[in-house]
Amino acid sequence: MLELKGVTFEVDEENGGTKRITDKIDLIIPDDRFVVITGPNGSGKSTLARLIMGIQKPTEGQIFWNGEDITEKSISERANLGISFAFQQPVRFKGIDVLDLMRIAAKRELSVGEACNYLSEVGLCARDYINREVSASLSGGELKRIEIASVLARGTQLSIFDEPEAGIDLWSFQNLISVFESMRRNIKGSILIISHQERILDIADEIIVIADGRVAQQGTKAEILPGLLGSMNSGYCSRLNEGSAAYGK
Amino acid sequence: MANNPINLLGGIQMNILKEVADISAVPTVGAFNIRVDGQAAARNTTQNINIITKADKSGIDVYVKPNTSGESVHIPVVLSESGIKETVYNDFFIGENADVEIVAGCGIHNCGGRDSEHDGVHRFFIGKGAHIKYVEKHYGEGDGIGKRILNPETEVYMEENASCEMEMVQIKGVDSTNRKTIAKLKAGAKLIVRERLMTHGQQTAISTYETELNGDGASADVISRSVAREESYQKFLSTLKGNCACTGHTECDAIIMDKAKVVAIPELEANSVDAALIHEAAIGKIAGEQIIKLMTLGLNEKEAEEQIINGFLK
Repeated sequence: MLELKGVTFEVDEENGGTKRITDKIDLIIPDDRFVVITGPNGSGKSTLARLIMGIQKPTEGQIFWNGEDITEKSISERANLGISFAFQQPVRFKGIDVLDLMRIAAKRELSVGEACNYLSEVGLCARDYINREVSASLSGGELKRIEIASVLARGTQLSIFDEPEAGIDLWSFQNLISVFESMRRNIKGSILIISHQERILDIADEIIVIADGRVAQQGTKAEILPGLLGSMNSGYCSRLNEGSAAYGK
Repeated sequence: MANNPINLLGGIQMNILKEVADISAVPTVGAFNIRVDGQAAARNTTQNINIITKADKSGIDVYVKPNTSGESVHIPVVLSESGIKETVYNDFFIGENADVEIVAGCGIHNCGGRDSEHDGVHRFFIGKGAHIKYVEKHYGEGDGIGKRILNPETEVYMEENASCEMEMVQIKGVDSTNRKTIAKLKAGAKLIVRERLMTHGQQTAISTYETELNGDGASADVISRSVAREESYQKFLSTLKGNCACTGHTECDAIIMDKAKVVAIPELEANSVDAALIHEAAIGKIAGEQIIKLMTLGLNEKEAEEQIINGFLK
């Protein structure tokens, strides 16, 4: 179980002041749940995900993982405690091929067949990719799917996906939904997705709405989604649509 | 093979042979010439590959008969005594349509106070339609204050439709290198160079390539990937001269770390309207996001850095 207590993250501004990105967030993500965090652009969603992985450290507050305070733990320590993170913009590496990356992720000498299975799950024709460099030679959509496959290969207790729909085409997006549906069925552990997408919201157990760095709403899909969709033309939801439209570009 | 001098080599020498030529036992097939501390230690020739000691200076001539296929030539050099300085001239005559692999590593073990230096001058005359793969590995070890110095010069002369793949590797332990490579290509000839280099400590490495594309359809692809650590210095100069309808590409990609310095100078000279030449050069530190990504997969920062470097130089 993941628990955030009063997590605040501030950045320095040019004028000498500070800007609060997350504001005393209290949050519990129970085990074996499919949770989607949504909210307008700039609301602090991605920062929240990065705080959980340890890529950024909170200014105030604490983060607990299975009852242990991990606030001061490094990214690697958190990774080895069972937290995974798929980047919104996957990182490129010259000289590291897809098979290398999958083996690093799995922490063992995956066979080519095993690695291919993970790639097939994200809709890549695996044999074409296994020896390709994770570099600029791959398209944004291909990198994104490889990024997700690397998280699948880890199979950890908590998997965080930061806007998995960003930067991929519509066809890939259809596949992505089925990847998450399959993960939901097969993986023991929680999945935490930062997303604007209605179709991802639609497969959530639980939805958390972040606005202005705070938890604006939290509840089951049945409790939250109708309200979000019902106010499509006002306030947050029009911004939600902006996010959806941006993905389609 | 009990009388073979290679059996008399000590552990240090065998270790170096393993590093530079992947030889851990007496070779039983293929041609080879093993040179240890300025002396020939072992040699083997085959029906198709002959090795002859030069009469006028130090070195060998290697003759590969036309149409020879699938054979290899190993010519490793080991310096294990401090203070040796030598210049060796090796010439390779590759017959038409032959296809061979040539491995020419040099390793220096210097535990003493005097500099050890090996300057190898290699010339390749590659016949029409012939193909060679040339691998040159440099390696240094030993904790003496004497420097380990390697200054290779390589000249490649390629006839019509010849092709040459060169893999130049220097990953560890050589204090000073000044590498010069020139290549002249006739019509349809194809040259591929892959240089991998890592320097550390106070090391310096200078690498100069001059490639002339002299016949229609000739092509060259000269790529260097390097990592400069600590206070080391690297300089990479690559000139492509396109004198006809040809294609050329040269690239230098360097990771810079600590207090190292890297200079990259790609140069293109087109002397024909049909010469298509491209150069690329990039120098930069390891991207922070690469380290973070690997840390999210469970590596610590140091392991992540090593993984990135090893991959880059793979």
